[in-house]
Amino acid sequence: MNRFAYATPATLAEAAANTELVSEAMVTLAEGAVLKAGGIDLLDLLKSELLAPSLVVSLRALPGLDAITQDPAGNLVIGAMATLAAVADHPLVRAAYPALAEAIAGSASPELRNVATLGGNLLQRPHCWYFRSPAYHCLRKGGGHCFAIRGESQYHAIFDNQACAIVHPSTPATVLVALGAEVELHDAEGAARRLALEDFFIGPADDLQRENALRPREVLTAIHLPGRAPGSRMAHRRQGEKAGFDWPLADVAVVLTLDPDGTCGKASVVLGAAAPVPRRARSAEQVLQGRRIDAAVAADAARAALHGATPLSRNDYKLALFETLVRRAILAAAG
Amino acid sequence: MSGTRTETFPAGIVETGLGTVTREIPASEPPPWPPNAELTWIGRPVPRLNGRAKVTGATRYTVDVRLPGMLYACFLRSPLPSAELRRLDTAAAAALAGVRAILPLAQPGDRLRYAGQPVVAVAGVSPRAAAEALAAIDAEFRPLPFVVDMDEARAPDAPAVHDAASAPQGHPSGFPAAPGLPLEGNVRGPAVVRRGDPAQGLAAAAVVVEGEYRTQVHTHACLEPHAVVADWRAEGLTVYISTQFTAGVRQELATAFGLPLSRVRVVVDGMGGGFGSKSQLGVYGRVAVQLSRAAGAPVRLAFDRQEEQTDAGNRPGTFQRLSLGATQDGTLTALAIESFGTAGVAVGAGIGFFAERLYSCANFETRQHDVFVNAGPGCAMRGPGNTPGAFALEQAIDTLSERLQLDPLALRDRIDPSAVRREERRIGAERIGWSRRHPPGADDGPVKRGIGVAQSLWMSNVQTNVACEVRILRDGSVEALSSVQDIGTGIGTIMAQVVAEVLGLRPADVTIRIGDTEFPPGGPSYGSRTTASITPPLRTAATRALAQLTREAARMLNAAPDEIEACGGRLQVRADPSRFLAFRDAAALLRTDRVSAVESRLDDYAGFRRRMPDAAMAHEDLGGVQFAAVAVDTETGAIRVERVVAVHDCGRPMNKLLLESQVEGGVLMGVSYALLERRIMDRRTGLMVNADLEHYKLAGIHDTPEIETVILENLQGNSATDAYGIAEPANIATAPAIANAVYNAIGVRLTALPMTPDAVLAALGRSGRS
Repeated sequence: MNRFAYATPATLAEAAANTELVSEAMVTLAEGAVLKAGGIDLLDLLKSELLAPSLVVSLRALPGLDAITQDPAGNLVIGAMATLAAVADHPLVRAAYPALAEAIAGSASPELRNVATLGGNLLQRPHCWYFRSPAYHCLRKGGGHCFAIRGESQYHAIFDNQACAIVHPSTPATVLVALGAEVELHDAEGAARRLALEDFFIGPADDLQRENALRPREVLTAIHLPGRAPGSRMAHRRQGEKAGFDWPLADVAVVLTLDPDGTCGKASVVLGAAAPVPRRARSAEQVLQGRRIDAAVAADAARAALHGATPLSRNDYKLALFETLVRRAILAAAG
Repeated sequence: MSGTRTETFPAGIVETGLGTVTREIPASEPPPWPPNAELTWIGRPVPRLNGRAKVTGATRYTVDVRLPGMLYACFLRSPLPSAELRRLDTAAAAALAGVRAILPLAQPGDRLRYAGQPVVAVAGVSPRAAAEALAAIDAEFRPLPFVVDMDEARAPDAPAVHDAASAPQGHPSGFPAAPGLPLEGNVRGPAVVRRGDPAQGLAAAAVVVEGEYRTQVHTHACLEPHAVVADWRAEGLTVYISTQFTAGVRQELATAFGLPLSRVRVVVDGMGGGFGSKSQLGVYGRVAVQLSRAAGAPVRLAFDRQEEQTDAGNRPGTFQRLSLGATQDGTLTALAIESFGTAGVAVGAGIGFFAERLYSCANFETRQHDVFVNAGPGCAMRGPGNTPGAFALEQAIDTLSERLQLDPLALRDRIDPSAVRREERRIGAERIGWSRRHPPGADDGPVKRGIGVAQSLWMSNVQTNVACEVRILRDGSVEALSSVQDIGTGIGTIMAQVVAEVLGLRPADVTIRIGDTEFPPGGPSYGSRTTASITPPLRTAATRALAQLTREAARMLNAAPDEIEACGGRLQVRADPSRFLAFRDAAALLRTDRVSAVESRLDDYAGFRRRMPDAAMAHEDLGGVQFAAVAVDTETGAIRVERVVAVHDCGRPMNKLLLESQVEGGVLMGVSYALLERRIMDRRTGLMVNADLEHYKLAGIHDTPEIETVILENLQGNSATDAYGIAEPANIATAPAIANAVYNAIGVRLTALPMTPDAVLAALGRSGRS
């Protein structure tokens, strides 16, 4: 780990104003300043020397960044510094977005959830073992080669894996994308923008060295969740190798709106740990829309969700696993 | 002190009916203890005396040792699985201000055989100074062909890991040295154990079962890393080291550095796990001493997690091919096993003596091979050999029972000669609900449940080079001393119970001084032998120390010494307890500030079957039977171990709570071995990709089944305490019990470890059941 200065600014403008400021997750500017939210992933990145910042700027002292509030329109605004534990335990979250609470409660460990923030969780870097190991100068680190594609790929992507086979590590993101969440971003001049979370994450085709659209000197400040639509139902299913404190092998979120007659209106099916970004399974959604959901429809949709998958030599088991989880999540949401 | 006398000991399993056995014992030995129910402290669930210090962080581990002027050391390690060291220039590193010593461990031209092999050690004034020195070393490595996969390494054209000169000697099973085994390519062996004629036995069999099994490379994953602080001084060497054997490390140091034993001291307080990987001094220990000598200052060397995972030992992986023949009634007519295992660049990847000894079989053969690959050296790990061996054999026995349409327990009743395990099977079957066991796949829905059983076999090891001292001080305080180390089992608490039992005190009244070679030599804490080795001489020493106090008390109480008993904090006249002295008042009568007695371990009263210079094997049938109940989700491949019933024996149980704790630890390690842990090597680069605790997956609280432990009181009249060990038996049976339960659940056999969702789905897919 390199030596660095440490700052705890009291205002967002001050935090964002540092030169070459990069978010917790942005490692491309190795000499710059870096933001610290919970610091969980940051510490790993510092220890493995994937990050060697000159300055670490803690967001801890910024007032209000950890608030969870409901706006007058019924949307939920989760401050980026809210801890995973605070989000999962929040009555509004538990009441309106139970799948999110469940997904978070199944992530990491109690100790980590007490410190890790939702913002930091969304911005964490891939946990691909080739990316994390200093021994491999992989494509994502500016090298010429993805070692996973013909290597040890058991925890890697089964979609969009031709260039770089990472999966996005965030489990909450799977549910948040299914819920249609947006992120709020502020820059040093005080300008704010909002972006659908689905568009915020970017795959290898757009940029091989970044996983999201965060710009330098920009801070992720909040996650906005649309109010729950009438008739909406949701479920989350995950499977790890361990029963807890493990990355998912597969992770599925389903959000449906059912008409009073049981017909599926809107459907959102998202796969986590399947691709470099949380992946909307649009073909599965199309199967569901306009149908009354039963076991056969769920099975059809689950098969459709895996359409076009390109598993690697070590991860074709994920096909069967995802199919099961998609089917179960659809039935759980519909039931 | 001379001569013998005859004593009658309680013998047998207390729970099922006790008999007696008569032994001729040395006259100096204390009288037989009755069963635990008639004793005050022995067998009781006394909480570990150092538990509070551990959970409050007060315990000092080796990584916590800080000496004035201490330097920090670290290694430059080979980045490649196979390389020639072309150039090594440490001049720039040596010129750095904070660097105090540099020690090359390889020379230009040397071959390096695994990624992570130490090349240079440096000591600096801070961890940063040491790291900067590493960065300043100019080393060039020429890549050489390598092989990290055992199957590929067996191919005739595979790159050779060793040549005849570099190949280590030793037996694939790890115990006796076996020089002269043939080396062909990367395959060394076979070491053959044979009795009868297996081919004839197979030909004569009514049923033949054949199977192939694989077990993975499993790392020790000690939570406390390997760590040492070496302090070389003119007057002598002191080494603080996280070790399972202080006295052994002292001997290794004396030999390596030409020092008299009297000038070498080895110390360990808290231990954060060893599991076999901290049994020796190791390269790191020797290097720390060399650096300390060179720098003239204490040197600390502690591994990081990557080093733990790649260069701190591992349980070798195996491939085993079994052929089993039986008559229609289940009698085994043949058992033949060919095994190939890999301990990386080291030897010792065999399958132990599990198959050789567990079941009666006249025609038997094992052919065990070591296969070298370019990976870090393996070493002993909790039940070495027998643990992978059990995974294969106990599944083959299960398969045989199905072929014979016999209940797996009934088959074992026929072929297992151990009366103790028979009783353990009976108890375990009742507790797990064996009578409700149903055929594979009987459950509706995707989740299938099953129950399985597997057995354990280990040696009743005893270290004979062991002594203890008991001191009684004139203020009534009491000390027990030995260099034995508490590797987490709670041996100090057991020692306090023994002394308290003899002196009529409470365990908390006894000050335990251990983990320091200034005290009488304790044995190693490996091979499940600590309690068996240390408690008999401790009891004898306590008895002799008490005798000195009793003499004084008897005079004061106008009684003969043999009329006095120690009980409830008093020395009293047995026939008239109203005549007594408080222990403290009796101690005040001592002529000197302290009296003491030192005793060493005698042979077991019934003798030993086999001897080594400092150790013996009392029996080879330390038992244990485990039952597992699992739920398998056939659509996700996830296995959930819901319950484990572990029924074990260890002679006289000394502390119920600590025994349960050890069995639970063994079971949990077994669950982790069965379902999760594996070293993953990238075949194209030869590096371990999960050299961490993130993708190297250890079972956690969510994976922990309900564990029910039953410990039999199996008295044998073998020593002053009759106690044996349990650490390894607790680990051996778990994985095959789970595998057999999985088969009972889904009707498909998982023949390779670990049984991940990936593996389960693939097995179901192959069988057409998914």
